[in-house]
Parts: sequence; structure tokens; C-alpha cells
Amino acid sequence: MQSTATVILPAWQRWLVRNGVGVGVSLLVLIGVVIAYLNNGVVTTAVLSSTVRQATPLVLGALCGLMGERSGVINIGIEGQMLLAAFMGFMMNVWSGNLLLAVITGVATGALLGLLLALMSVTLKIDQIIGGTVINILALGLTGYFYTQGLTTAGKLRPFAIPVLSDIPLIGRVIFENPPITYSTFILVIVVHYVLFYTRWGLRTRAVGEHPRAADTLGVNVYLVRYINVIVGGAIAGLAGSFLTLEAVGSFERAMTNGRGFVALAVMIFGKWTPLGSWGAAMLFGFASAMQTQLQFGGEINIPHQFIGMLPYLLTIIVLAGFVGRARPPAADGIPYEKE
Amino acid sequence: MTEPLALEVRNITKRFPGVLANDHVSFTLKKGEIHALLGENGAGKSTLMNVIYGLYSPDEGEIFLDGNPVEIRNSHDAIAQGIGMVHQHFMLVPVFTVAENIILGSEITRGLSLDLRTARRRIHELSREYGLEVDPDAVVEDLSVGIQQRVEIVKALYRNVRILVLDEPTAVLTPQEVEDLFRVMRNLTLRGVSIIFITHKLKEVMAIADRITVMRRGRVVGTTTPAETSEQGLASMMVGREVLLRVEKAEATPGEVVLDVRDLTVLDERKVEAIRGVSFQVRAGEILGIAGVQGNGQTELAEALTGLRKIESGSIYLDGVELPPMKPRANFESGLGHVPEDRHKHGLVLAHTVADNEVLVTYYQPPFAHGIRRDEEAVEENARRLIKQFDVRTPGPNVPVSNLSGGNQQKVIVAREFSRPVRLLLANQPTRGLDVGSIEYIHSELISMRDRGVGVLLISSELDEILSLSDRIAVMYHGRIVEILPAKEATREELGLLMAGGTREEPVEVETSVV
Repeated sequence: MQSTATVILPAWQRWLVRNGVGVGVSLLVLIGVVIAYLNNGVVTTAVLSSTVRQATPLVLGALCGLMGERSGVINIGIEGQMLLAAFMGFMMNVWSGNLLLAVITGVATGALLGLLLALMSVTLKIDQIIGGTVINILALGLTGYFYTQGLTTAGKLRPFAIPVLSDIPLIGRVIFENPPITYSTFILVIVVHYVLFYTRWGLRTRAVGEHPRAADTLGVNVYLVRYINVIVGGAIAGLAGSFLTLEAVGSFERAMTNGRGFVALAVMIFGKWTPLGSWGAAMLFGFASAMQTQLQFGGEINIPHQFIGMLPYLLTIIVLAGFVGRARPPAADGIPYEKE
Repeated sequence: MTEPLALEVRNITKRFPGVLANDHVSFTLKKGEIHALLGENGAGKSTLMNVIYGLYSPDEGEIFLDGNPVEIRNSHDAIAQGIGMVHQHFMLVPVFTVAENIILGSEITRGLSLDLRTARRRIHELSREYGLEVDPDAVVEDLSVGIQQRVEIVKALYRNVRILVLDEPTAVLTPQEVEDLFRVMRNLTLRGVSIIFITHKLKEVMAIADRITVMRRGRVVGTTTPAETSEQGLASMMVGREVLLRVEKAEATPGEVVLDVRDLTVLDERKVEAIRGVSFQVRAGEILGIAGVQGNGQTELAEALTGLRKIESGSIYLDGVELPPMKPRANFESGLGHVPEDRHKHGLVLAHTVADNEVLVTYYQPPFAHGIRRDEEAVEENARRLIKQFDVRTPGPNVPVSNLSGGNQQKVIVAREFSRPVRLLLANQPTRGLDVGSIEYIHSELISMRDRGVGVLLISSELDEILSLSDRIAVMYHGRIVEILPAKEATREELGLLMAGGTREEPVEVETSVV
């Protein structure tokens, strides 16, 4: 007697309804970029390359955040995970001179902090915001205490061009001539997207983040799913930290993450807790940072640099104020799971 | 030759700190039967089912499946053994599709990817075989409660269930949906599925069960069949004494109008009209029952009346005086009494003492306060008096109300609201989740309030409660009152149809709301 009132649209129409705005904006951006490129190829390529560089730690941070939150654990300790990983990776580089070993150290540091967060929020059921804050303060304190100035390293990760592909105009240099962690980021976005939406593990992860008890009654180990996701997320944040000291800068400074871990959370929310969305959102933030640099040193516009410097952070505030209400986080996000 | 047993539990004992939840419980389930497990809240039904489903491990006792002893340590084991459970609160992920919900935990994969195509095909096959039509691609939160329940059953069938536990499956259904469910249940038993049907509704047990096991205080009181017993007999077994199933009441003598609701429109959280131009009156000395399936605007109506929700348009008059919007205290001072739908959320401060909870509405008035100073003695004195008068079982007035049983918590609220000089009493689901004894008590108190000349507005999704208490019955459907009829003329069937939006054609309206 009761009929379901939902009208079932064809798949492509449903896709368009859901992603229409994103697709439209992307097209506009693409057109803008092409026009800019035709106007001034060198500057455009520089800005786009800078965009990708700036976006990389944000994408990785957002992937870390969304893996946690999709399984129901809020991670506001991304900043701390990045910072300590950046430091440990850097120290390993100083000590051993082996960049691969240094990256592994950074990733392992992030994973360990992920384990700490999981322990606090899943097993001990501490308030997850406090758990994340603990990690942030811990990382800030440890790196501040142990860091000594004047350490030098053998070098940093260098970009390498992929033959043929890097010769494509406009995007060739931007996408196919990068250092290894940036390449890994492209791959990770696709891998996390695939895992989250097309595999058994992803289905269980999302179920645990939405309705852990339902998953539990079907024999899914809620705690295990949360642990693994938070630890792997931590490893990805560790990669973001490694990016900062081993690929972008080549040295360590106090508090060098500079809020990127928190911007990554904004990126994740703006990207609606999806890897591809986060990637797009991170590009937007990266672009804002790149524009900031370009405007400051391009010297064509007379705006005090303090205002230009605000650009990425202003964007964060606008995006969060304007879009958070519409995006829906996983239902069990931030709620510790108690077995009956 | 004895029939083979699908399931047998022997001497199951489960202790919780301070409680013996199951005390040497034994229970048998024959192949292909519907076995009702009947008992009040806290009788140990859910504990027993959680033991069978592997969510609790028993302290003593054994479980046999098809005559073989088994150990069920977690829900995974239970599923592997062919035991399925449809929980009272559905275990469905609202944002997932039907197919995703069904395969969760038992996914088929091709390579690394989920194989949703095969899953869909199996769901279609199951739907056809058992007459349980579901659309695998629909998103669960868009489905009605009845369909969601169907999804839960398909979910169990997908896991090749042989023993299906249905925990209070009819609580959220309309009478017609209950009929549907019963048809499905019979169909399942014909195909060899054995069903344990947990409920506290006697009528349904008599209608569907092959055998009935009654539990009380952690023990099995006895096993019987519908042919050997009656509703009255079952009720006595459940409670352990004779109970009144029919509420004794005299003819109502309605007086002047106390509540006058005119053209009331209220929005819900999503800014959708939850109440659409509702008008009705309640007279002194009568009980107006509002029947309807949950979620048809009852909650919003109660919130509007108590001043907890903004009124979009229309007005509410109490004793001829218009109630100011969004001023709960003013409403209570002008003679509104309220037994809220969710006693934990809105009726009590659980961490506070019984005494403090008894003055939640009046704590700032004399004799409980003088200026800014509270009079603890008066508060405690008041509590002692109410505890005695309303027979609240509590160690004392200074015990946190969270320590009391559900029935006694409800009595704390009833004592508070019924002892004030109210003109209109709004009782929203006043007996939800209570045992038969407490229900009996609260029903008789409601009748005596009516006989003292109070207007009573009773909101309930229990049709039996509406039918036995009300003098007039209003049926709500999709935010409207579709019919108000004298209780004497109402039948279960007719109300059931009205509750489902039936008989009268509902015109599809294009609302021009001011949003």
C-alpha cells in the first residue's frame, strides 16, 4: 500500500545532480587556466606548479583526516603528526643521509602517532578533540625541545620528469615533472578513493563511521577497522610531514607546519569527506597560496603584503563558514563505540 | 518420534553486576515454528537473545543447534551458524543503499572490488522467492519503516538464516504493515525458517505464534500454545498476578473547552511543515486520544503545545487565553501538565535526585524557594509525600533518579505533573517501554485525572491504549488530523486504515508555504 516516493533518475543524471557544481567550477577553472596560459605561459606554469606543491601536504593531510572520520574518529592531531614526522624524517636524513630511510622514518612516525590517537580515542574512549590536541602539543613540545639549529643534510628529494608526458604543453611540466612524494600523492588519492568506495574494506569503514552497531551485529570488528584506518591515516600524515622537510624545503624549522594540518581538515570538509573532492579543494587552497606568492613577488599590484598573505586563511574561513552547513559528516563521527 | 529441534538452550545463566538477568533459562525452538517469547521489560528476553546471537557470553549453560552443542562467541559465529536477528532499532546504515546494507559483513568480491552486480541479482532472487520486494539501489533513509524492516529480513535471508529472531518487530508498524509482516513470517516458516518472535503485545502473540514461552524476572514461567491460553492468562503469567487488561471507566462528562487549537502550522527541523493547519478542542473531563504512526507530527504538536517549538501560524488557547509562543514556563503556569515522550531527554534530569526532579517545574515558587534561597526541607517533604501517594519505588527522596527502574522514573514524572493544579494534561506516549503493572497504574491515574475535570490530550502510537482510554479519537497522518471520531464508534480496522492515510483520497497538494 505504501509506495516509495523517491523518483529514481538514470545514473548519469543522479551523478550530475550530485556533482554538478563541482563539474561546473572545474570547467570554469580549466577555461581560465587555458586563457592565462595563452597570455603568459611561463608565469602560468609557475603558478600551477606552485599550486601542486602547496596542495600536496594539504591533500595528504585531508586523506589522513577523512580516513579517520569515515571510520568515526575525528583527527585534529594531523598538524602534530605532520610536524613530528617532518622532524623525525629530517633527523634521519641528517644522521644517515639516506632519503628513502628518512621518508620511511617520517611515515612510521605518523603511523605511531596514529596508533597513539587510536589508543586514546578507540580503546580509552577519551574525548577525540582532546586526544588530537594532546598529539599537537606533544609534537610541538618534542620538536621544539630537541631541535638544534645549524644541522645540514645531504640533500632533498629532486623532481624527475617522466619522458614524453612531461612535454605536453601546460600540464606536462605541472604534473609530470615532480619529486617522488608529489607523484605518490596523485596515486594515493586514487588508491584511497578506490579503497573507500569500491572495496570490502571501504564499505566496512564507511559502515563503522555511520552506524558502528549495525556493523558490529554483522560481525565487523569496529575497533579493528578504526585502529587500522587511523594508523594508515597517520602514516599518510607522516608522508605529508616528510614532504615538508625532505622534498619542499630540505630543512626543519620550529612549528614549520604552520597550520597546514588544520587547513587540511577544512580541505577535507570542503571536499565532502571524499578523496577526489579533497584533492580538488586542496588545489583551490594551493592556488590561493600560489597566487599569494605570485602577487607578492610579481610586484604588479600594490597591496600590502600582509593582506595578500592572508589569502589562503581567508579562503579557509569563507569556505568553512559557507559550506560546512551543507556537507554532512559521517553520523558516528567522533563518538566512541561502546559494545553493549 | 520427536520432532527435530532447530535450537535448544539449556540452563542459561547470565549475571550482570547486581542483577541475575537469566536464571537457568531453558528454551526449545522446533523447526519451522513461530515461537513467541513474551515478557515485560527486564524479564530477560533480550539478554537471552543476545546470548543466542553471541553478543553476550553466558556464565552457565549450553546451546544446541540441530542437536549438536555449539559455542557462539560473537555475532560472526551466530551468522555462520545460520542465526539472524532483526533488532528492534534497525541495524541499517541510513546513507547506504539497500544492497550495500545487505552485503555488509558478507561481501562478495571480484578481485579486490565489491561485486554489487551479483549481490543485486541474489537480492532480486530472494525478493521473488519470499515475496519481499525491495529495490537494491534505493537509499535506506528514503524508505518507510515497513520497507526498512523488509530489508532487515532480506539481510538475514541473504546470510542463509535458519533461525530468525525478531525483536519487537511490530512496535513501529501500522496494523496493515503488521498483517504484511505476519504473512511474510508464515511464508518463511513454510520454507523451513524457524522464528523467535519477541514481543509484549498479547494480541499479536495469540494471532501468530505456534508456541509461547513467557519469561518473568530472568526465569521461564512456562511454555504454552494459543489454543491452551487466553490474553488474560498470558498477562497473568507475565506479571505474576491478575491484571486488568480493560480499563474500567465511567462515561465521560465533558465540560467547558480547556484547550482550543486553531489552524496550527508548525515546521520541523528541516523546515518542512510537520503540522499542517490542525484544529481541535479538548474539553474538561474528557480524554482526546491522538492516534497515528510515529513521525506523523505528534512530536511537533506536543512541542508546540509546551512552547518548545516555534509556531508558524495559528494559535493555541488554554482556558480561553492565548498561550504566548515559545514560553514553556508561562504555559506550565497557566495550567498545562506534560508527560513527555522521552522521559530521559525531556522529563527528568537523570543525575539529580528524585526530590529535585519532583520540583522541576515549581522549584522557583514558594514553598520551595524564598527569593533566591531554596527550601531544601520543603522540597524533600514534598518528595516524601509524592513517593507515598504515587507508590514510587525508591530507596529514598535523595537518590539519583537514574537509579530507578523505567516504570518508577515514569511515576516520578506522573507524580510531579498530576499533583499540580493543571487544567490540561498532555500525555505523550505515557506508557512507552513500561511493564504491564506500571501501565495499569498510569492508565487508572489518567482516568482519575479526567474524572476530576482535567482535560487530557493523550498521544500514543499504541492503538490499544488509544482505544481503551480515549473518549474521542483524532487520527493524525502526515501532519493533519484526518478524522476525529467518538471512541465508541471506532474500530481497530478503521483506525488502522486512517493511520495509513487510507480510505479517503489524499489529494497531492502543492504547498505554497512561506519558507
